[in-house]
Amino acid sequence: MKLYLKFDSNIALKKIVEEQLDKLQMKFDYLGFAEIEIDNAVSGSEIKELDARLNMYGIQIVENQKSVLVQKIKDAIVEMVYSEEKLPISNSAYLSDKLKQRYGYLSSVFTEITYTSIENFILLQKAERGKQLISTNEFTFTEIAYTLNYSSVAHFSNQFKSVTGITPTAFQRIIRKRRENSIILQK
Amino acid sequence: MPKQPIHILLADDDEDDRLFFKEAFEEIKIYTSVKIVNDGVELMNHLTQDNIQLPQILFLDLNMPRKNGIDCLLEIKRLVHLKDIAIAIYSTSSSDKDIEETFIQGANVYIKKPSDFNTLKKILEQVITVNWQYQTSGLNRDNYLLSL
Repeated sequence: MKLYLKFDSNIALKKIVEEQLDKLQMKFDYLGFAEIEIDNAVSGSEIKELDARLNMYGIQIVENQKSVLVQKIKDAIVEMVYSEEKLPISNSAYLSDKLKQRYGYLSSVFTEITYTSIENFILLQKAERGKQLISTNEFTFTEIAYTLNYSSVAHFSNQFKSVTGITPTAFQRIIRKRRENSIILQK
Repeated sequence: MPKQPIHILLADDDEDDRLFFKEAFEEIKIYTSVKIVNDGVELMNHLTQDNIQLPQILFLDLNMPRKNGIDCLLEIKRLVHLKDIAIAIYSTSSSDKDIEETFIQGANVYIKKPSDFNTLKKILEQVITVNWQYQTSGLNRDNYLLSL
């Protein structure tokens, strides 16, 4: 007999990390996805011990400051793109202000770690937000273009097409048909 | 990008295309591990074995003997342990209707087979990078559609 498991990796990760830290009697704060804050007094050998324990679960401690910074940049971008307010005029000013670093530095670290640029990541996220808004069927393309800070529907459509390779109209049609198909399959 | 390789599976019956593909992956700057099967039947046999390394992304040729790409796609989407693998269809057809149909059946990426090597490299790099974002940046996979 085969059993297939469905699991939430975030919950599993949190649980494992908490258990191991408790075993080592380290004080910590779980800051959310894959980020923990530990007491500065913890020694290097204790960190090594923790790393060895976590390695058994395929988890590694990433001390790399750059990876951490990239995650923060991504979070800031997601927050920016998904905020209820209109997007800021200048992405670079927004990010350097938010992360208190020069934009040139943020940009070079981001490209080094992710193989894509901040600009591309923002375009990807905006297209994703666009997809999400389209798939709710609650907004016109004009409203979506306005929310995402595009000067016109044409501008939004062009950029959507250049990121995804398909037009917003085709995207809407595909998602609708997929839903119809899955309803038929469930019956 | 991670220190672990990105696992890639390719199903294609054409020997030249397979070679082309393998070389392109060797030359791009992203660390990948590529496994290749020769047709749809071999693909499904491979994916339904126990204890195999499932790919993060499957590149699927549409026209294959024995079992074609669309049939494989439909089968994969019905199998619970496989249905979250990202699927990139590639084909010589560039008709919008074919592209839309494969998306509706659950494909995530559609690649029009390029004729030159450098374009292929560029396309594969782009697909792997976008795919990586879907795996690590919490994007909604239901909306993962990319046509190149």
